Amino acid sequence: MAELRLDWNKVDKARQAAAAVADNVTEQLELCSTVAVERAICRLFGVDGVDAFDVPLANRLVDHLRTQGVLEAGAAYWLAQGALSTGLAPIKMAEAVAAGSLDLTAHEKHDAFACRLWAKEQAEKAIFRIREGRKTRESLLEKYGERSAPWLYAIVATGNIYEDIIQAQAAARQGADVIAVIRTTGQSLLDYVPYGATTEGFGGTTATQENFRLMRRALDEKGNELGRYIRLCNYCSGLCMPEIAVMGALERLDVMLNDALYGILFRDINMQRTLIDQSFSRMINGAAGIIINTGEDNYLTTSDAYEEAHTVLASQLINEQFALRAGMRKVQMGLGHAFEMDPSLPDSFVFELAQAQMARQIFPDAPLKYMPPTKHMTGNIFQGHVQDTLFNVAGVLTGQQFLLLGMMTEAIHTPHMADRAHAIANADYVKRAMKSLSDEIEYKRGGLLEKRADEVLDLALGFLETIRQDGLFRSLEAGRFAGIKRRPEGGKGMEGVIAKGDHYCNPFIDLFLEEQQDDSQA
Amino acid sequence: MIPKPDLTRLKPYGDTMDDGRIQLSFTLPVPDDERAVEAARAILTAMGLSNPLISWHEALDDRFTRIIAYATFEKGIDYTRIEAASIEAPVMTMEETDQYIRDHLGRRIRVIGASTGTDAHTVGIDAIMNMKGYAGHHGLERYDMIETLNLGSQVENEDFIREAVRFDADVMLVSQTVTQKDVHIKNISELVELLEAESLRHRFLLILGGPRISHELAKELGCDAGFGPGKYADDVAGYMAAELARRQEAAHK
Repeated sequence: MAELRLDWNKVDKARQAAAAVADNVTEQLELCSTVAVERAICRLFGVDGVDAFDVPLANRLVDHLRTQGVLEAGAAYWLAQGALSTGLAPIKMAEAVAAGSLDLTAHEKHDAFACRLWAKEQAEKAIFRIREGRKTRESLLEKYGERSAPWLYAIVATGNIYEDIIQAQAAARQGADVIAVIRTTGQSLLDYVPYGATTEGFGGTTATQENFRLMRRALDEKGNELGRYIRLCNYCSGLCMPEIAVMGALERLDVMLNDALYGILFRDINMQRTLIDQSFSRMINGAAGIIINTGEDNYLTTSDAYEEAHTVLASQLINEQFALRAGMRKVQMGLGHAFEMDPSLPDSFVFELAQAQMARQIFPDAPLKYMPPTKHMTGNIFQGHVQDTLFNVAGVLTGQQFLLLGMMTEAIHTPHMADRAHAIANADYVKRAMKSLSDEIEYKRGGLLEKRADEVLDLALGFLETIRQDGLFRSLEAGRFAGIKRRPEGGKGMEGVIAKGDHYCNPFIDLFLEEQQDDSQA
Repeated sequence: MIPKPDLTRLKPYGDTMDDGRIQLSFTLPVPDDERAVEAARAILTAMGLSNPLISWHEALDDRFTRIIAYATFEKGIDYTRIEAASIEAPVMTMEETDQYIRDHLGRRIRVIGASTGTDAHTVGIDAIMNMKGYAGHHGLERYDMIETLNLGSQVENEDFIREAVRFDADVMLVSQTVTQKDVHIKNISELVELLEAESLRHRFLLILGGPRISHELAKELGCDAGFGPGKYADDVAGYMAAELARRQEAAHK
């Protein structure tokens, strides 16, 4: 592949600065858990289902502990106390708590060591199920073989899971490699995960475990017919990051959006809350063999794509460091970026190409997620289709892994079936027609592309040095990303952050880290 | 010499005046075969079009067929009787609008903006309000004579109103991007009802914007104006300035 000559000394320095930023945050937040992390632990222990008012049992259980002021020991500790005293399974305890017939705090008579033993045993059962899912994916990929990059990534967003399935199966037939089910607008701000199959959503479909299961089954069926493995993507981000990560792990999703910075900036979620949630959710994603996608592309829909390109690179480097600290392998880090420059800017394609190529080289093992134009899509579908074609060219030339297909009807409606078909045909054509082009060209030494890459690298390095000095929290407060200011104590979900007590126990952290260790050796 | 169109029987233009040729594309939920093509022709005929030509058809899945077609609209419509709601506002540059505000209002206009309800998209409100603006049109923040507060996305109607009062806004700018299942209609209707319930509706100039918004729709929903595709911050600023000046003058009379 044609490569740019980058100043690797600068790349190393930028990476070191990002590492320091991530270390600093991780150190501060290791002392805390959140209600979402505790609910995720409950779910891993098999606590699923809702009460008579559709409140998830995981919420009932964690609220039960929180209102009594004992959540600082963690849900696992109290479930262990309950199980050792009553002999009930976690789901039975949750049902009893919801019915008001059990008070878990009345059973604190076992020592912390016995509790940890129980928790670890139970946790191993959950890990077993997650491992099974991973093995199924691996065997299917072995059976069908892997498709060449870039993978064509199409979205469905009807609001109705059954309608989504029709559209997803059609997209798979047309050539999509990855299907993402867009979530209903506003779900990221719910502090619980809705339950069951759903048919009413706006701009997308509710993420529920049942919807995950239905879509997984439909894509497996279609994949079997087509002789391809169709990857399924959904969204972890929001107030329920780790819980949705659990659901994704249990239902064999392959790709999950997972980005605390996105939640902080674009959903005004409290930064402490979501960074703690992110850490655990990435451990879950990591152990399940799921590729995460990060949301840097969104900076460019708010800010100018030319002027703010360095914030994308800086955020990718920070996201990489956070993912490493959650035990993820580099091949699971689908870092995001986008083709969002104003088409009226002369040489915009040249600059886009430079940035995409630079990202490819700085993260050689990462399956990068490349977003199509959205900001400068106008409703002129004919012009839009051409913009998407240029985006496809940049994606193919620079070997991006996830090519999020641009829709010519962007800014008009959620994609019609035919919009998706045209988008896939477009990308498919470019991918085929330009298959070997990047092996046949060289970028001019010191030319426009190399200059642009160097300029973005310089700015990203300076930017990261400043963030290292001020810390991530102060930098967010100063509005350094996407021009959006967020306070460390502000935003939604802060009340769900809890300081860990002396007896705190989360048996999954070590097990997930071990699981990923085993995985990387395999 | 090109003939003039008959404006009392206006028709689309393909390559010859009054040929009435129209381009259409749609998908039918049936298998791709001769019957599907015939069905597509029947649909065009039922729409009142003639000379249907199916230029392309393909299977999108076992039971979905993509159609691209051309047909003729013969009947025509009477253009001379068409009326359209349009915003009457002077077209001004940023500097001219600032000067207009100085001359006519003598104080800065206060504008609060938000993407309300569950709508998580800030693209629209940012394009109008942010300093940088969109497609070369500076946003309202850039104007000397406009004071702005952008609340971002997913702002509840109640919170939006409370903040507007606290900010002592002249103008409430509300952006709606998600329009699936008419969620924007419900949301804006609720906003207008809440404002009316609190007798605040006339305190603010209420402006709606978004990719699927027209001035006509905005008026129908009880807003003062609506700005859709192809409208930029300067259009909104010019309208605000002129309308606030007009209201001030009317109040003094």
